[in-house]
This record gives sequence, C-alpha cells and structure tokens, in this order.
Amino acid sequence: MTLPTFTAGEDLRGWLERYERLQLMRVLTCGNVDDCKSTLIGRLLHDTGRIYEDHLKALEADSRVHGTTGGGLDLALVVDGLKAEREQGITIDVAWRYFTTARRAFIIADCPGHEQYTRNMATGASHCQLAISLIDARSGVTTQTRRHATIAAMLGIRHVVAAVNKMDLVGWGESRFREIEAEFLGFCTRLGIEHAVALPVSALTGEGVVRRSDVMPWFTGPALLDLLEGVELPGPGDADPFRMPVQVVLRPNLDFRGFAGQVTSGDVRVGDRVRIMPRGTEARVARIARPEEYGGDLDRAQAPESVVLCLDREVDCSRGDVIACFGGTSDMRVGRRIVADLVWMVDAPLVAGQSLLCRVGTRITPARVVRVIHRLKVDTLAHEPAESMGLNDIGRVELECEEPVAFDPYRISRGTGAIVLIDRLSNATAAAGMIRTGDPTERGAHWDDQALDSVSSPVSGVSAAERDARWAQRPCCVLLHGPPNTGKTEAAFALERALWDLGHDAVVLDGQGMRSGLSKDLGFEPGDRSENLRRAAEVARLLMGQGRIVVMSFVAPQDDVRERARALLGPDRCLFVHASDGFDVSGIVAQLAARGLIGRRTSA
Amino acid sequence: MAHGLTHLEELEAEAIHILRETAASYERPVLMYSIGKDSTVLLHLALKAFAPGKLPFPVLHIDTTWKFREMIAFRDATAARLGLDLQVHINREGLAQGISPVTHGSKVHTDVMKTVALRQALSAGRFDAAIGGARRDEEKSRAKERIFSFRDANHRWDPKGQRPELWSLYNPRVHPGESMRVFPLSNWTELDVWLYVWKHRLPVVDLYLARERPVIERDGALIMVDDDRLPLKPGERIEQRRVRFRTLGCYPLSGAIESDADTLEKVIEEMLLARTSERQGRLIDHDQSGSMEEKKREGYF
Repeated sequence: MTLPTFTAGEDLRGWLERYERLQLMRVLTCGNVDDCKSTLIGRLLHDTGRIYEDHLKALEADSRVHGTTGGGLDLALVVDGLKAEREQGITIDVAWRYFTTARRAFIIADCPGHEQYTRNMATGASHCQLAISLIDARSGVTTQTRRHATIAAMLGIRHVVAAVNKMDLVGWGESRFREIEAEFLGFCTRLGIEHAVALPVSALTGEGVVRRSDVMPWFTGPALLDLLEGVELPGPGDADPFRMPVQVVLRPNLDFRGFAGQVTSGDVRVGDRVRIMPRGTEARVARIARPEEYGGDLDRAQAPESVVLCLDREVDCSRGDVIACFGGTSDMRVGRRIVADLVWMVDAPLVAGQSLLCRVGTRITPARVVRVIHRLKVDTLAHEPAESMGLNDIGRVELECEEPVAFDPYRISRGTGAIVLIDRLSNATAAAGMIRTGDPTERGAHWDDQALDSVSSPVSGVSAAERDARWAQRPCCVLLHGPPNTGKTEAAFALERALWDLGHDAVVLDGQGMRSGLSKDLGFEPGDRSENLRRAAEVARLLMGQGRIVVMSFVAPQDDVRERARALLGPDRCLFVHASDGFDVSGIVAQLAARGLIGRRTSA
Repeated sequence: MAHGLTHLEELEAEAIHILRETAASYERPVLMYSIGKDSTVLLHLALKAFAPGKLPFPVLHIDTTWKFREMIAFRDATAARLGLDLQVHINREGLAQGISPVTHGSKVHTDVMKTVALRQALSAGRFDAAIGGARRDEEKSRAKERIFSFRDANHRWDPKGQRPELWSLYNPRVHPGESMRVFPLSNWTELDVWLYVWKHRLPVVDLYLARERPVIERDGALIMVDDDRLPLKPGERIEQRRVRFRTLGCYPLSGAIESDADTLEKVIEEMLLARTSERQGRLIDHDQSGSMEEKKREGYF
C-alpha cells in the first residue's frame, strides 16, 4: 500500500507523527493547452483518493454540462476552478493542489498552457523543485515545451520530467515515445538541467500515472507517482551561505531589540559573526530569541525557518537589510548595478531608460533599465540583440538601482538572488528576474560597488606637507590614452624620466603591465576594459594617497569609463591626454606646473 | 541527508513570514477573526510572529448576529486571555432591515451581513490589508487565489487580473483606497490545521466536538437550534442528537454531522476516515456551482 490512507483502528498518534514528518515537495505541471494537464492532476488526486464524495458529485454534474468526455467523468474539471475556465475549457491561472502519499506531502502548481500565460509558468516554477512537462505523444516537443523547459532551467529547477501523454492515441507504441524522449532530453542537456527524464503515460486512462502500466511492457521505468516519491531532494547544504533578509525590527521594550526574518539560505548559530548588508557592519549573534511559551531560545536556526535574531551590539539594521554570514567567498555582492535574466510579464514593453521598482529580499528600491543586453530565442536558445522586451519575452537586462543593494547571484542563493520588478504607476508585477552577476562570462565592472562600512583607510605616518617639502609635488594622475601603437608607453616612461630629473617622484601604470598580473583574468569586452581601468584607477588612488604622481598609459577607449576614473581620482588632480593631441612631454610638465601640481624643488 | 524541516514546520515558517511582511508593508493591517479552527491557528501564528512584541494590528470579527452563542463567548474569552485589540462589526443597516438567514435565505443574509458588513468595516477602519485564514484546498476558486490578493477600491477581486506571485517576493503595493487580502494559511490543508491545533494544544470552540445538542433536520442537513429565533416548519421536531461541526458559521446555515468524536484526536480520526469535504455542511456554498467565486468577486473573504 503506497498511499497513507488512515484505516479505522490504526494508531492515530503514530500516524500523525509520520504525517507531520513528511517531506514537503512542490511540483509544477506545465504543457500545451490540449495536453490534458488538468486531467493528469485530476487523475493523481482521484487515484490517490483525494477527491471527496461531494466534490465528485459536483464533478459529475459539471462533466455533463462542460465535460469533453461524452458525459463520462471529466477529471480536468477537478482543477479548472474558475468559471471562465470551465466554460472555455482552458486553464487560465495557476491552481494549487494538495495531496499526500506515504512518503511525501505534495503541493502541485498547475500552470496554464497558453503562451500568453507564460508568466504563470514562471510563477509556478519559482516555488517548485520539480517540473512535469506534458507532451502530447501525437505532436511531440513543441515551442511551448521548449519554453517551459527553458523557464524551468532559468528558475533553477533541477528535476524535469516529460510526461509523454495520450500514449493511448499512438497505440502505446515505443518508437514514437523514444523519438520524443531523445528530442526532449537533448534540449534539456543544452539547458544544463541536471536530472531530466521522460515517461509514457495516459492521463485519461491512468496508465503510467499512479501505477506502472501493463500495456507498455517495453517501458521499464517507474510510474509518475513512484518517480515523484523517489526523487532525491537536496537538503540544506552545509556550504550554503547564511542569509536572512530583515522583515521587521521588534522593540517591545528598551531591553529587547530583535531582527525578525526568514532564513533564506544556510544556517546560523548563537555566537556566529555576521554582517549587516549592504553596509557591511559586523556583529555577532547574541540570541536566537523565542519566548518560553513557544519553546524558548534556539541555539541554531536554518533555512527556511522564521526567527528573531538579537545581536551583541547596537548596529544600524532595519527592514531591507540582510543579515549574512561573515567573510570568505560567501560575501554578498553590493552595488547599484545588476545584470539579471528577466521574464517580462505585462503588455507594455520594457525599454531602456524605464524606471521601475525593484524588490530584492525585503528591500524595494527604484531602479532604471540601463539596457537590454539580449533577448532569448526560445526555440534555438540563441541570444538576439534587442532594444526592448515584450510580454512573455525572456531576456537579459542591466538595471541600475537608486541605492546600493546587497544581493547574490541567483544560482548561489535564490532568496537573495531573485528580483521582482513592479510598475511604478499601476503597481503591476512587471517582471521576475534572476540576478546573474558573478558569472565570469558576463563580468561587469565594479565602479558602483560599495566598500563595506567596516573598512577604514589606515593613516600614513608621513604627512602631505612633509612629502610636499621633499618632492615639491601634489599627488596627481596623468592618463595617456589612445589606440595601440601610438607611443603611449614610451611617452609615459619619458614623462616619468622628466619628472624624476626635476626631483619629483612618479610611478607608471601601464595597461599591458596591469594585464600581465592584476588584471590577467580580464578580456577585452567593454565590461572587462572598464574593469581594467577601474582597477588601475584604484591602484592610482592608493599611490596618490601616498603622495605619488601616477602616469597611466591605457587604451581606455570608453569616454564614460574615463570620466568615472576622473571622478574617482578627483578632476582637479587629473590630466588626461589623448594620442591625437600628441604626447608632448615637456608640454605636459608645463601644464602640471601651471596647475600647481608640481613646483620647484627647494631642498635636496 | 541534512536534517530539514518537517512539512508542518515549513508551513509555519511560511505563514509567519507572510504575517511579518503584512505588518511591515501596510499602515493599517487587520486580522480577520472568525472564531473557527483556521482563525485559531492564524491568531496563534500572528502572536508568535511578533513575540516577544505585541500583535501589531487589531483583530476584527464580522458578527452577523447569527453566530452560535458559544462562538461569541469563546471569542470574548480569547480576546481577554490574549489581550487582543478586538473590534466587532455588525451591519447595523442590515440589522435594522431585519435581514436574517431565516427570512431572507442564505444568499441575501450572507451578502448583507457578511460581505457588505466586511466592506463597511474595512472602509470604516481604513484598513489597507486584511489578513484571513482561508486555505487553497477549501474550494476550487480559492485554489487560484494569491497569498497577497489585490482588491480594488470597491473591495472587488478580479480573478483574471491577479498579479503573478513569485518566490516569497510579494508585491504589497496598493494605491490609496485599494487594499490587499492576505492569506498566510494558503498552503495548509484541513489536516495540517487540525494537526497544528492538536500538537500545540490550542483551545478551540467546543462545537467542533461531539455533544448532545438540540437539532432539527432541514433539507437533509442537521441544524442546531441555538436560540428561539429559528421558527420550525411543519413536521420539524427538535431532537437531542450527538453531533459536532466540521466548520462553523451562522448557526442556521451550518450543518452538523452525527458523531461520537468528543476529543480532538477522535475528530482528526473521523476526518481522516471521512469521504466528504469540510465545506459540505456549508449551505451557502451550494447555491450554485462557482458560487464561491461569485461571492469572492463581490468582496467575500
């Protein structure tokens, strides 16, 4: 007996304890409109004894009026809940269903098949661990099948099951099934879905759904329900970084200040070092507070528990912040720019420059669409250049938030790597997004990242006045930029020599030199070039902090990036010279003197 | 495998998260309290969500004046015991018009004394979020409702225009006058609710347990005669029968079931062996197929 039906006379407490401990599994079903997805769920509920007699009675009445099975029991009507759906015979919204077997408590998100309801598919996928994609054995893998698999993969679903349905209509034949199986699994491999499998079923007759089928002896795999019960779900991993977006600050009295939230990733123990992001303030967990009447304080909390943390010191921490584990490679990213994969879910298109509200964790912040990076062609998985995204489009965009936010790449942490975009006027939920930054193939520059609050610059033991007295110079930067082979490097070293001869102290930072070490991980994409110059500018900033004149020679072809470097270093300390103006070393020296950045050396 | 949470612990964590989101996102949230088992669990979770702080919102009961007397006594005792800011709203106009389930039938009574009353109370209190204990497994149209379910300025639900709801990144935004209905127990089943009540020893109204009670048989349902406002039709006779209720509402509209389940455990046992749904005893759901959806569009919880 696989089903946990409680039978009269059985030990109730024992049964309830088993029931309580069942693992929760959230499953998504998706497919084309005529694939009989609702029928499949109706079949699962019916064959596992989850339809009550009064519901069955209503179903029989409905079947006579709206049914498509000639007056017989139409199981699809169990799940097609809204009036319009029953009349039109389509499923227009995600419906949630619940059933339990001896091994698991299941929540099923039944997702609509029509292309215009792709957004609902994304909704369902965001909650689920496994996706069942229904395929009509007669029509095989369609664009919709690919779209659903793509969304499932994007949303991080690792288990995808193709239920090849209506096998009764293709004579239960193996060859047709194998054809579809090969195509589907091939597509899933390209998407990087780890666990993909295909099963032959008939939702109408129940073959292969709850029990293995005798009419398809050639298939030796499990029935759908056996598979659902047997799939191994990843438990909370030890390596998952601790994250808890703060929802509410509880201050019942002067002696208590607790940060309430749900742990979205990892675990935390009393005494752990944590950081309050995005500021990065450090603290330790003093208590995981729970009043006596609810069982008293905890020593440890793990995802997805809802808890209250007390910290060991007074820190600035409020709703929107994230309490995160301290250090290592598991630090959260902080910045205003985010690159994310989006599913666009409203009629009005997304275009560059558009302003929206961006929700990440418990923070809602205004954000601007910087650009559409590409749109995904679902059939071929090709990236096509695009200016905008329309309803149900999937694509990658760059966003700029009004304030720095703390986030993780979605694949590392869903709870802090997922975003929702909200239309500022209508309040409609316009898009769902998965943050990608951190992916080496899509690296952006970190101009906007914020350093942690806890970081402070050490103060040098030599004063600016002392340096000025010895070198007769103010710290400044000369950037020689332009295309390769225009004599930048030679000019830079000539300038260094000239300054040296005048008794000043200059350092050369050269693009090639940067790329041979500090920036050897960077390529020549615009984002990488930008990051290379940013790193150089940061090195220059450190050197200038100790009084040096920095001579930089870089291709630096991007106007906006050079302006960022200028802003970082201070416009009055910068002299930028382009190759087309000629690198006249004595002229540059004269300009520095004219601006008061170098003077006449007074002492030896 | 690492130890994860049980499914009941996971449901609890989700509900607490939702309750905290509501408190943080709205200026004037309110918790709808209907005295039943779902409300009992909801209230317990709300208190737990903000402990050791106090419940940051009031508790609202829509009184149709036809609730079982035991329910009202239980409500007032609960409010006193837990120190709740309990607000009770009655549709005074409906009352003045003499609207009752006996004279006007379930549809008019429910519409005026529950749905209209609820709209009155929400508008009068300028509540921008109303938290309810509805579950998706109760009824077909509920199965498609969001956890944060948007209502326009007339408190109406548009099932086709619902906002997509992804992860637990709820979109709480409303314009002035609009509001949100919030359902923290969306993913709980009837069994989960009873299991939680049992495990945490939460007090529930005694009407859930089998007792000798005065009932009449009407239209195939057992109706408890809770006071002298229920006129008997010819042939109807009050008898003492051992009955209990699976769901509680207005007494003339709540069908009892004959039962020997006089403890919580027996109630659970009986439910596990039952072949009909809990709403089967609710007369208001059977007006027409899809009637819950109609009522919900009008603003019913």
